[in-house]
Amino acid sequence: MNSGFVNHFWFIPAVPFAASLVILSLPNNRRKVAAALAVVGQVLALAMSIMAFATTLQTPDSRVVLNFTWFTFGEQTLRLGFLLDPLAAAMLVMITLVGLCIFVFSVGYMAEDKNFPRFFAYLSFFAGAMLGLVIANSLLLLFMFWELVGLASYLLIGFWIERPAAAEAAKKAFITTRIGDMGFFLGMLWLYNRSGTLLFYDRGNGCLEAAGLATLGASATFIALLIFCGAAGKSGQFPLHVWLPDAMEGPTPVSALIHAATMVAAGVFLVARVYPLFALGAINGVTPSLTVVVWIGVTTALMAALIAIAQADIKRILAYSTVSQLGLMMVSLGVGGVAAGIMHLLAHGFFKALLFLGAGSVIHGCNGEQDIRKMGGLRRFMPMTFATYAVGMMALSGVPLFFSGGWTKEEILHVTAHWPQSHAPYYLVLAGVVLTALYMTRQIIYVFFGEARSASAHAHESPRVMTMPLIVLALCAIFFSVVLTPAWPWLDAYLTGEGVRFDLARLIQPMLFLSLVLVGSSVALGVWIYRKAGVPNGKRPANVDPLEYAQPVLFRFLANKMWIDELYQQTIIGVSWMCARLSDWMDRFFWDGLVRGFGACGQIFGIFTARVDERGINAGVDETAAGARGLGRLLSAAHSGQIQTYLGAIAVGMLALLLLYAWLA
Amino acid sequence: MTPTLQVFLIVSAALFSIGLLAALSRRHAIFILIGIEMMLAAANLNFIVFWRFGPQHQPPVGVMIALFSIAIAAAEAAVGLAIVIAVYRHYRSTNVDEFNQLRG
Repeated sequence: MNSGFVNHFWFIPAVPFAASLVILSLPNNRRKVAAALAVVGQVLALAMSIMAFATTLQTPDSRVVLNFTWFTFGEQTLRLGFLLDPLAAAMLVMITLVGLCIFVFSVGYMAEDKNFPRFFAYLSFFAGAMLGLVIANSLLLLFMFWELVGLASYLLIGFWIERPAAAEAAKKAFITTRIGDMGFFLGMLWLYNRSGTLLFYDRGNGCLEAAGLATLGASATFIALLIFCGAAGKSGQFPLHVWLPDAMEGPTPVSALIHAATMVAAGVFLVARVYPLFALGAINGVTPSLTVVVWIGVTTALMAALIAIAQADIKRILAYSTVSQLGLMMVSLGVGGVAAGIMHLLAHGFFKALLFLGAGSVIHGCNGEQDIRKMGGLRRFMPMTFATYAVGMMALSGVPLFFSGGWTKEEILHVTAHWPQSHAPYYLVLAGVVLTALYMTRQIIYVFFGEARSASAHAHESPRVMTMPLIVLALCAIFFSVVLTPAWPWLDAYLTGEGVRFDLARLIQPMLFLSLVLVGSSVALGVWIYRKAGVPNGKRPANVDPLEYAQPVLFRFLANKMWIDELYQQTIIGVSWMCARLSDWMDRFFWDGLVRGFGACGQIFGIFTARVDERGINAGVDETAAGARGLGRLLSAAHSGQIQTYLGAIAVGMLALLLLYAWLA
Repeated sequence: MTPTLQVFLIVSAALFSIGLLAALSRRHAIFILIGIEMMLAAANLNFIVFWRFGPQHQPPVGVMIALFSIAIAAAEAAVGLAIVIAVYRHYRSTNVDEFNQLRG
């Protein structure tokens, strides 16, 4: 292995950044160059990520740290650094691989867009920011990349800026995540105040190492919770999840990138990265901060899964599914299953990217239609999309044995079941698993089965440039499970730094049968409920969902996202609005009056000084000037211009001097 | 009557007065110059007289001062005449009463 490369792994984010800058400087009609640059940048990043990954394989439990001084002020030096450990390396490979598939897919999906190069510049920028975030060895550096990810998401969600909804969604995403980032920033300041360093690992002096953690004491809980605010914002956890479904306004590859490989993964990654902070002072694996993480995660997972059942937009269903899955990951982290959470994050990256790109392919085939009630029967028109989508659906639903999502979900259920504090999260997560299988079944029946409806009548399969990434991702979603099975938990061992051994007996456990039964029954339930979806059945018209027909009030509650947006509109935004109105009024009448009062005082003083000037000083100066003028007039009369007069004056003067002399002598 | 200091001083004073009168009363520029030259001659006469009747009359002191003075007077006359010619060319006249452009 190229040992020199290990010390330059910061090239991995630098390459997409450089590609992005070059693309931005290109003229807008160099479409092929732009796409090629972005894809090549991503391929290079992938190659380097694999090299970095291989390096971490060679030396188990390795941690390559590159620290450097950013600047010095007085006695203090501010140091940043990069870190390569199994967690970062696994994330790097996942991000670059999924990113590459999305980039290639975008070439086909965005082919007709007029701002094609700009799109690829932003995509590269997004990937670069996320890669930088993953390898940061300093909370400050991580925060910088964190904000760059936020900026990139803003640019990409609002990419179709001419649509008001897209601009609104971009703003919402930016502001909502910013609320979380505020907490993150405060937590970071607090951490710096206590430990004096923001480096994670620094030869025993970092803030995540024993010496650094010892300085924190009781404040660790608050710091961890503040940092979790940021993670909740980015990863769409309740109550900051509202931006995520709206982010669907961006182009579909962006949704895939945000929901699978970048952005939302950042929050989970952050919690995993600063996990020692959360786990500090744990009794039996439980700390107050981790308990908060668990309950937030459970709430999010269940709520989002419920909302997903009642959505009609193909991308919104996937968005809520992402929110739900992220909640699941948070639960896993909270109950102590860091490796399980990260494994689910990685597996989720593959199959969620697959689902989103599949949805993009469907939307592309249906000429931009996103309402699943208007699709149907696409199985026949888009066989490749259907096959890959089915793989993604089964991975997400957690079908065991062959799909990566099944194993990681199993793992999460396993760690959750052993949480000492309460068994409630376990049952709630199980309910979430059932709901996941249900809404994915509903979606796939609506979109791919039954008769073709209005939007899918003229559907066509997408070009190869779009189906190839789908196939690659589907293969990843399947073969990724090889390293996840309990029989050979290679990835688990890699992440935790333990040895791995092959044991087929572990494959057979009660949990496996439980999830097999649960997933199987909920898929069957879904098939039974939605078998006649989209066609009239009895008194139910064609465009009414079977569940909507059975429970109209409940369905409306879920379809309207539990009215959380409306609640925020009424409470938080309402209060802000009131405050704004009050400030406006204060400005207009109180402060303005004060300013006007001061102004009037100034005016009066001005008038007074003007009077003094005119009457006193000006008059004096005028008088002097008049005197000088009079004297000048008088003297100028003596200048007759006649030489002889002057001569005479001289003579008289001389005579006078003589007389004076004579008189004095 | 032996020539004494007083006699010479009276002559020189008379010469000066005549020159002054000429300079003040004549209207022709050349005559004014002549008047001035007469006043200078009176001054030169005084130099020599005070030297001649002074307490110690080493040879050429007074005469040399007079010679310097005459040289300066010559230069001054040249400048004065040049001015007069220039003025004449401009005004086509030598009457000083007409040259009053510098009046205040």
